Amino acid sequence: MTDQGGVRPPTAPFARTVWMVLRKDLTVELRSGEIAYTTLFFAVSCVLIFAFALVREGRAPEGGAAGILWIAILFAGTLALGRAFERERQAETLRALLLAPVPRPAIYVGKFLGIVALLVATEAVLLPLVNLLFTAPLFAHPFWLGGIVVTCTIGLAAVGTMFAAMLVRARSRDMLLPVLLYPVVVPVIIAGVQGTAALLQPAFDPAVVRFWLLLLVTFDVVFVVLALWTFEAVMSD
Amino acid sequence: MSDESSRPNALDFTDIAVEEVSRSFGRRRALSRVSFRAGQGEILGILGPNGAGKSTLLAILATLLRPTSGRVRYGGVADTQGAALRARIGVLGHDLFLYPELTARENLEFFAGLHAVAEPAHAADEALERAGLGTRADDPVSTFSRGMRQRVALERALIHQPRLLLLDEPFTGLDDASASALVARLRELRRTGAILVIATHDLEIADRLLDHALFLRDGRPAASIAQPERLRTTYQEVMTRPLDGGGA
Amino acid sequence: MPKWFTPAAILCGLMFVVSPVLIARAPDESAMGMVYKIYYYHMPSAWMFLLAPLVCGVSSALFLVRGLAKDDRRAWAAAELTVLFGALTLITGPLWARRAWGTWWVWDARLTSSLVGWMIGWAYLILRRYGGPGSDKLAAGVALFGAVNVPFIFISVNYWRTIHPPTTVVPKLPVSMGVPLWFCVTAFLLLFVLLMTMRLRLEQTRTRLDALYVALDE
Repeated sequence: MTDQGGVRPPTAPFARTVWMVLRKDLTVELRSGEIAYTTLFFAVSCVLIFAFALVREGRAPEGGAAGILWIAILFAGTLALGRAFERERQAETLRALLLAPVPRPAIYVGKFLGIVALLVATEAVLLPLVNLLFTAPLFAHPFWLGGIVVTCTIGLAAVGTMFAAMLVRARSRDMLLPVLLYPVVVPVIIAGVQGTAALLQPAFDPAVVRFWLLLLVTFDVVFVVLALWTFEAVMSD
Repeated sequence: MSDESSRPNALDFTDIAVEEVSRSFGRRRALSRVSFRAGQGEILGILGPNGAGKSTLLAILATLLRPTSGRVRYGGVADTQGAALRARIGVLGHDLFLYPELTARENLEFFAGLHAVAEPAHAADEALERAGLGTRADDPVSTFSRGMRQRVALERALIHQPRLLLLDEPFTGLDDASASALVARLRELRRTGAILVIATHDLEIADRLLDHALFLRDGRPAASIAQPERLRTTYQEVMTRPLDGGGA
Repeated sequence: MPKWFTPAAILCGLMFVVSPVLIARAPDESAMGMVYKIYYYHMPSAWMFLLAPLVCGVSSALFLVRGLAKDDRRAWAAAELTVLFGALTLITGPLWARRAWGTWWVWDARLTSSLVGWMIGWAYLILRRYGGPGSDKLAAGVALFGAVNVPFIFISVNYWRTIHPPTTVVPKLPVSMGVPLWFCVTAFLLLFVLLMTMRLRLEQTRTRLDALYVALDE
């Protein structure tokens, strides 16, 4: 067994750690598919339930399509987050990650990107579905739609990953995640729904969408930075 | 053991010293005033019944938990180095820390990468050879028996050549052959100068292995014995002694 | 308890007893008569409801940085006061709204933001109660996220609200309602400080008890 020879032991750099964690998560997920399939199925069920509940005479209530879309994403995302971190609890692999000589915020970013990828994949299915079921012309302005969807997803994932990671060792973690998460992501939901609804208006006003987009971008930047600053402190005992 | 460069690095520690470490969770006292030293090429056993505080002590040594009072010194320096210190510590946990959906090779490569091992793929190959799992390298870990998983987990803990190896109940669920293989491996590691701390209640196996034994009872150190023999008898005696601290 | 506590508590009690007298003697507001006078309790509650989460957020940040138990105790106490004064605000508000606007609730920006902020306070307390060991650090993280969130909540709710046809405009009462208002504000501030002190004391004592329990076992 060779010795490292009196030099500072190597520690993995930030970006590489992020990539390794992300790649590992994607590999595990692609192999089992558990979280992806169940999240997707759940999101679709959500949309259907809302359709049955709210559609009258074949038409959704005014602006309903946008609301239904984002509620479904929020609920599905909550389950996915819980499940993703539950997986790290088995065999205590989160502990192993924390034991590794990597910058801990990099673990957060790796997991966060994985969640974003999962949610975007879900949205790729939900958007056409909502478009179809509620005859809502979501794809009329695809770039604006893309902007709103991505920034909103990042906002949900940024706060959600942080809270889900924090709760891994806590009791009652399944209930606590939505209890903690939903009030804090209220601005994201409002912006997402209003932004998406604005895209559905026949008289499309880009200034409105731009406002919500700007709010979302600011939220994302502020909260990702905040999460990076506090992740280490919150995860240490 | 270490050929020093011009600046000796405090992280190449050759011993650890635990000084009056206590840890409580609210009103529950998990550890109370535990002190010991362990040097390189030594195997220290932490013995005690369930709930004695063995896992808590290991978690503190691994820097996952902070003691409520007291401190741990690694080579004379108290724990302030964060990531650099973690690079020198390997942990074989009770839960093995392996991703069941990944293959043995993938698990080893992943953790090698996280520990910034120079060539993760090569290191993983060597580790698999040492574990005798070359043929099963590309099977998901979920298909392995407990003994095989243990072997992978041990290699995972060692892949970055740590100075301090912490093992939490490593003999649980192992058949005789696997246990002997593990003991042989640990003896070999001792020979190469690592510091090994093993928490276990498998006294028969530990009997032939330990250089030093620390007995924990209800979080308190009940006895500390060098070169222990006839562990089972000693254990019975220590655990049924009236509680008055004591030590050897 | 510190020496000043009892005299301050007596003073505070007296102030609250006297306040209705002062309020009754204030001029009636023309349109609504007597009822608007609940505003004299509503406004100070609302201010305390703004002060408490600020204290909670700052203490939580300090706790995450320094790891000192006293910061955590202060954050917890402030979170409880957030919920308390939030409740007072959200009760006195609709009481007034009922008379002023004929409805218990409007989705006005301030009211809605207050509701969301109040819920974050509740979330903190639920986490502390049910999260198990280690929930002090977690709660600090939540408090910090909640505190930073305040401007976002307000802006988003504000603009969300303009989508709906505005029901009424919240009238801006002239703050120079003079003596009665400032008297009540002082009384509430004193109450805030007293409750905070009591709560901190309680938590300190609990910590000391825990340490004694542990030491007893040594």
